[in-house]
Amino acid sequence: MREFAYQRATGVREALMADARYLAGGTNLVDLMKTGVETPDRLVDGRGLDLGGIRTAGDGGLVLGATATNSVVAADARVRRDYPAVSQALLAGASGQLRNMATVGGNLLQRTRCAYFADPSEPCNRREPGTGCPALHGVHHNHAILDWTEHCVATHPSDFAVPLTAFDAVVRYETLAGPGEIPLPEFYPPVGGRPDRETVLPPGALITEVVLPVAPVTRRSRYRKVRERASYAFATVSVAAALDVEDGVVRDVRVALGGVASRPWRARRAEAALLGGPATPERFRTAAAAELAAAEPLRDNAYKVTLARNLIVAVLTELEGQR
Amino acid sequence: MIVGTPRPRLEGRLKVTGAAPYAADVPVPGLAHGWMVTATVSRGRIRELDAAAALALPGVLAVLDHTNSRRLNPDAANYFGPDGSLPLLQDDVVPHAGRPVALVVAETPEQARAGAAALRIGYETEPHDLGFALDHPAARPASTLFGPEADTGDLAAELAASAVVVDEVYRTPEETHSAIEPHAATAWWADGHLHAVDTDQGPYGISRVMATLFEIDRDRVHIRAEHVGGGFGGKTICGAQLILAAMAAEHVGRPVRVALTRRQVFLATGSRPPTEQRVRIGADASGRLRAIHHHAAFALSPLAEYIEWCTEQARTLYAAPAIRTQLTAVPLDMLPPCTMRGPGATPGSFAFESAVDEVAERLGIDPLDLRLRNQPSVSPVSGRPFSTRRLVTCLTEGARRFGWGQRDPRPGVRREGDLLVGTGVACAAFIAGTFPSSASITAEADGTFTVRSGATDIGTGARTALTAVAADALGVTTEAIRLRIGDSDLGMAADAGGSRGTTSHVFAITETAKALREKLPGADLPVTATVDTTPLINWQPDQERNTYSAIFAEVTADPATGEVRVRRLLGMFAVGRVINPLLARGQLTGAMIGGLSMALHEEGVHDPVSGRLVTADLAGYHIAAHADVPAIEADFVADYEPQDTSGVNGLGEIGSCGTAAAIANAVWHATGTRQRTLPISLSRVLSP
Repeated sequence: MREFAYQRATGVREALMADARYLAGGTNLVDLMKTGVETPDRLVDGRGLDLGGIRTAGDGGLVLGATATNSVVAADARVRRDYPAVSQALLAGASGQLRNMATVGGNLLQRTRCAYFADPSEPCNRREPGTGCPALHGVHHNHAILDWTEHCVATHPSDFAVPLTAFDAVVRYETLAGPGEIPLPEFYPPVGGRPDRETVLPPGALITEVVLPVAPVTRRSRYRKVRERASYAFATVSVAAALDVEDGVVRDVRVALGGVASRPWRARRAEAALLGGPATPERFRTAAAAELAAAEPLRDNAYKVTLARNLIVAVLTELEGQR
Repeated sequence: MIVGTPRPRLEGRLKVTGAAPYAADVPVPGLAHGWMVTATVSRGRIRELDAAAALALPGVLAVLDHTNSRRLNPDAANYFGPDGSLPLLQDDVVPHAGRPVALVVAETPEQARAGAAALRIGYETEPHDLGFALDHPAARPASTLFGPEADTGDLAAELAASAVVVDEVYRTPEETHSAIEPHAATAWWADGHLHAVDTDQGPYGISRVMATLFEIDRDRVHIRAEHVGGGFGGKTICGAQLILAAMAAEHVGRPVRVALTRRQVFLATGSRPPTEQRVRIGADASGRLRAIHHHAAFALSPLAEYIEWCTEQARTLYAAPAIRTQLTAVPLDMLPPCTMRGPGATPGSFAFESAVDEVAERLGIDPLDLRLRNQPSVSPVSGRPFSTRRLVTCLTEGARRFGWGQRDPRPGVRREGDLLVGTGVACAAFIAGTFPSSASITAEADGTFTVRSGATDIGTGARTALTAVAADALGVTTEAIRLRIGDSDLGMAADAGGSRGTTSHVFAITETAKALREKLPGADLPVTATVDTTPLINWQPDQERNTYSAIFAEVTADPATGEVRVRRLLGMFAVGRVINPLLARGQLTGAMIGGLSMALHEEGVHDPVSGRLVTADLAGYHIAAHADVPAIEADFVADYEPQDTSGVNGLGEIGSCGTAAAIANAVWHATGTRQRTLPISLSRVLSP
């Protein structure tokens, strides 16, 4: 581990002025510093900022502070009642100890768990642009099936970001030039030729809060994560879905997938196929197939296409059955 | 009698409070720290190794590599014979990825690590071969150190006369021990003597290897391994951490500690090799087995001999007129493999007991019943009687507790919501025995006894068990026993491996106690007796000696996602007399978890292009998490080993064997699909 400067910030402006990498729970950044993947010269610790709360927005939505921990958000009664998939996604991630440390803002900025990215002795375009992507023809059993390019086939690891993407949550941030906000579905750019460009946040931006908008559909939502062991593993494929049905007709539906692309994957084709139609297993299957028609599996991960399709159908069927 | 009663481990409090010192914890004045650097290519040569930048960094004391290291004796051997992987930093050859190529020594571990990062190493890469297969062109017969292959009866004729023949290939991947304590050693030299605190499974044996490597008398090598955080076979060989620490300590003239990271443990310490196993079993319509042919291949390194003895079950478990075993070794450009959790028997039993289950399936016979119908009265290969064989009791008592009698034999039909449910059984045998060891016991003037043994406790509870045995043998309470173990100066002793540590050390201690009691009457205290059991061991017993188990598993499988979860595991064991049921049950439960982990999770994967290990951490190499482990019951049937003066057999590994097959058989019963390749990951279960 290289030497680095560390400071605690007590105000947002002080943090912005520090010209440093932001540290919150450290559950990902510190690990990566230990292995030499991340080599920041300066860290500014944001845990002293007044950003840890959860409050109800004026319009009835919910505002999650950037340094609220996963445990606190997952246990919040309003989150559990109005956005159950958000609570479920957080509880499906990591371990109790990690959830007590990890934060809302840090979660969204965590790095991929691709093994080649994690090993500085390997090439990796995401870590060192231009060095290549060994996963493309290497070990990629748990890599992307959608929207990958020859530059990077890694997946985004966050569970939390999947329901946020489905629910059109909004990231709010501060910069020295003023505040800004970005809806989650646009927060992570397509991987394209620049896998090292992981978000569209402006340079130096500090995430201050995440807004969960009001939408009746989110109250009946579900996050289901499939993984290679019962806990403490990243998603093979996960689905966040919400379904609002009246008189047998889909009034609103949200579907997003985790573990399939370099970003949480909003399944807009599936949503479009369902909206206004009957909420039947046949329609769920058609919608899942429509979404995954675009999938381009790698040599060893075609099973993820089947898995994603089955999982969309299973979660929507379960939500429909809950009425 | 203390033996036979459940008693908590003596050092339990030290361990849970963090007070038990492990190899990297022991304070040593003037300590320097070594950081190991490993090869990043799978085969080739070191073209250049530029240490100038590293040596210029603060705190860096030295960089050891093949150009400046002391010579080591190439005759050093491991259990299987000469081991060319032991002499480290001797030349520019890179035989496999992960091979240590340098050690940076500095005042602090951080400075050593920074120095390692500053080394500039260039390689000349040569083509490597990691393409393991049973029919690989380089395949050759494996060493017969464990005895000749079985070849009884007329295999072809019995197969031809069989009503059904199962002929299938089973595969298990490379697996890594993943003990909680990474390998570490601290070494220093004084007056021509080498001292070290190491993490290993047998400090006496390690001291012999180190003496050969460094060409000094064995009694000038002093290795301690007081507390060891798990071994599972991965600490049986003389480790790179110790060899490098000793080389560096000599080089810098100070004590040096080398503590591996988890990644380095994956890259530079041996694993269980992959296996590919063809099993042919023929049976008549009544379920009587006629022919058994088990042909197993495993990978190894050309640097060292090794045996993954997969064919043990085929020669022990069932009677058949024709039995043939074949063991094939495939040399590849890999790290030399290392014994792990029931070497051979564990992957072998997965293949063999899966195939036996397939015979039952094809005949429409209950798989438990098929196993009971084919029990031999004497060893089916050697013809020798078994000294004790309570396998039938394991099977029948296990079946009763598990509720096997109510089992619906049809596969793929039991649903609970979206889940399919199934049950499976497998049994296993594991060879038992005693290795030479010595012990000495001093009757002190205050009425206590000091017991010295070169045994080591790698987390099994050996310290507690040996204390109980010594107390009974001397007719005193455990409070009167002062047991000293974990030090090569305490005398010749078998290592804690091969399921023979406890039997070997118990034999030495009970014989020594007997000798001491003969000396005691009228003697001036203190008085000491020492016994070396080497001449007492019968190497040609007229009976076969094994432990046995029957494992029952219940699983669920989600056909939509491929997720398999184990819901219930029951193991019934016949392991001779049990010294401490509490610790024995803990060890067997842990071994069954290891078997579950092997069945569902563990898989070392190499990059198909570079050959490097991709799953080199615990995020990539999955072991079972707590949530994967169901209610487990492990229990014993009454048993006594007549070939042992205390009636005991080792039980360290029998719990690993059988578990994977029982789970795989349950997955078939749940889903109707055979899983012949481990691990049974969700992509293998998911239907396209």
